[in-house]
Amino acid sequence: MQEITGLFKIAEILRDILGRFLPNPQLVDICMSLINIGAIFTIISLTAVVLVYTERKVSAFMQRRSGPNRVGPGGTLQSVADMIKLMAKEDIMPAGADKWMWILAPMLLFIPAAAVFVVFPFDNKAIFADLNIGIFYFIAMSSQSVLPFLMAGWASNNKYSLVGGMRTVAQMLSYEVPMVLSILGIVMLAGSMRMSTIVAAQQHTWFIVLQPIAFVVYVITATAEINRAPFDLVEGESEIVAGPFTEYTGMRWALFFLAEYANLLAVSVIATTLFLGGWNGPWLPGWVWFFLKVGGMIFLFMWFRWTFPRLRIDQLMSFGWKVLLPLALLNIIVTGIGMYIYEFFS
Amino acid sequence: MLKTETFTLNMGPQHPSTHGVLQVVLELDGETVVQAIPNMGYLHRGIEKLAESRTYAQFIPYTDRLDYVSSMGNNLGYCQTVEKMIGIKVPERAEYLRIIMTELNRIASHLIFMGSLAIDLGASTGMMFGFRSRERILDLFDMACGARQTYTYIRFGGVSADIPSEFIPALQRFLADFPAMLDEYHRLLTGNEILYHRLKNTGLISGQRALEIGLTGPALRASGVDYDIRKVEPYGIYDRFDFSVPLGQVGDCWDRYIVRMEEMKQSASIVTQALEQMPEGTVMATIPKVLKPPAGEVYHSIENPRGELGFYIVSDGGTNPYRLHVRRPSFINLQVLNETCQGLLIGDVVAVLATLDSLMGEVDC
Repeated sequence: MQEITGLFKIAEILRDILGRFLPNPQLVDICMSLINIGAIFTIISLTAVVLVYTERKVSAFMQRRSGPNRVGPGGTLQSVADMIKLMAKEDIMPAGADKWMWILAPMLLFIPAAAVFVVFPFDNKAIFADLNIGIFYFIAMSSQSVLPFLMAGWASNNKYSLVGGMRTVAQMLSYEVPMVLSILGIVMLAGSMRMSTIVAAQQHTWFIVLQPIAFVVYVITATAEINRAPFDLVEGESEIVAGPFTEYTGMRWALFFLAEYANLLAVSVIATTLFLGGWNGPWLPGWVWFFLKVGGMIFLFMWFRWTFPRLRIDQLMSFGWKVLLPLALLNIIVTGIGMYIYEFFS
Repeated sequence: MLKTETFTLNMGPQHPSTHGVLQVVLELDGETVVQAIPNMGYLHRGIEKLAESRTYAQFIPYTDRLDYVSSMGNNLGYCQTVEKMIGIKVPERAEYLRIIMTELNRIASHLIFMGSLAIDLGASTGMMFGFRSRERILDLFDMACGARQTYTYIRFGGVSADIPSEFIPALQRFLADFPAMLDEYHRLLTGNEILYHRLKNTGLISGQRALEIGLTGPALRASGVDYDIRKVEPYGIYDRFDFSVPLGQVGDCWDRYIVRMEEMKQSASIVTQALEQMPEGTVMATIPKVLKPPAGEVYHSIENPRGELGFYIVSDGGTNPYRLHVRRPSFINLQVLNETCQGLLIGDVVAVLATLDSLMGEVDC
């Protein structure tokens, strides 16, 4: 048994307590799974609340405003107030909407956003399911989020939504390819798709040093994957109002919102895991390092959002296919050759 | 064989980026614009008709509501028109104050243009920065006339009041800070690769076509036509200042943006010169309490931030205008929207709208 720290220790204590009350170990396992799932959902919801507040404060900082500062100390309860407001809102469905598709879309978007949290290595051993195809699972799950956008766009019976839905498919499909290819370089270096192995491989050198191009490609494509500026064509406020979300109100809309911030956290976590050494770091406990790095990535994405103008759809597509894809392919070739040379000399 | 058809999208009147209540009926082939028909009138208040039942002086506040981000210019245009009819001589100091105010208002208006262009292209921070600098100018106006947006500062025969003592130091501070502000915007926006590619070669308007359609102001000058009323037909005392007229080359959105950014620099230089030359003295000529211009008609136009703002007044010798018509640059500039947008994408329509910089208060007079 390795040293027990942080989150893992809490889990151990819980398991211990449960063991006293429950008759057999299977039940304890089931309970622990449920607790883990609950913990992940709590993290997602809390993340959204915290990130919304952070986003507003960061944007205020960039725009020399003070941001929310009325509800609670320093405006910290603003997001809570917003959430209550959203829950209290009337649920309006536009006439002529495709009912089931319309209802399903926000849920289907939220499920993959939540499901990817399963493979996040928060700390050494603090990982819900350390799959041997962890990163592949992430890619597969996150690519599920294309369809709900189209569903929402189509089902809303609104032209802005439809245009937004179409844009999403075009954008997310074309940016997924270079994203996967940029991750491939890491998988080649680590020799595994298991998250914990990838992080462990970065004990001495973070992969950002070995794979700077892949990191740049990943950050750009990840921004496009989560539909944030400068790639926020899906919403494209000044063009298509709010894209697929135009007709959604209250909690349904909040689910899109929640998913958006869950995805923001997800891509930041993946960036941390693949390029920034995950939980590795001196002095502080692993999970502190992990969240510090994730916070840094999130700030980077917010920085992009509040400083860049939006690309046009044709520029977006040509940038994805003509610049990022060749760059990612080149990176793989260079990585392969580099590895061969390295093995040859050592 | 797939059958495709175009669809109609009503962009506005409630839309985040139509600069007020403009409706653009877009006929789209996917993302490509086939037709973009501006549908205006949502803000129509019948200002021209209202003038007929108001005395000449009572109409000045209405001009504030035309192009409400450059009200000083509207005041100036109307007052000079009436002064032309009656033949009022304006005191020197008032002439200088008029120049200072209208040029400051031009800067304020172009800062709004810059901010709204930025937010229309998705960079919301640009908007905040533009408005931040504009606030300095509004504070100055506030000092001079007590209002931030609807000034009614320029009156027949001069201006409503002389500037307070703290005005000039504040203005000098602003003029000292302004180059740095402009520099910052150039760094943040002009130097941005995405902004450049969004604007460059989008929404081309040839100089020939611009003249045919009656485009004026920065939109015309961006197409390379050297026409600035301040130079061509100097009104007031514009012939005393040394300034250049920035011109564009091809007439795309980028040129329209750059021309406005350069104009701000020129305006600041005019204000600096005016401040140096401004004499002491009265700011209001003695004019009769009730104005009764002689029967006849007059047209006078000035260079407003959005183009040639002209007032055409027919007088029957009474206290009210018999007929008043405003040549609104925003209204005429907007006519070029359809042909400019054809073949572009939805995102470009927003850029073209933003760089034409039409203001609905003026379009729907």
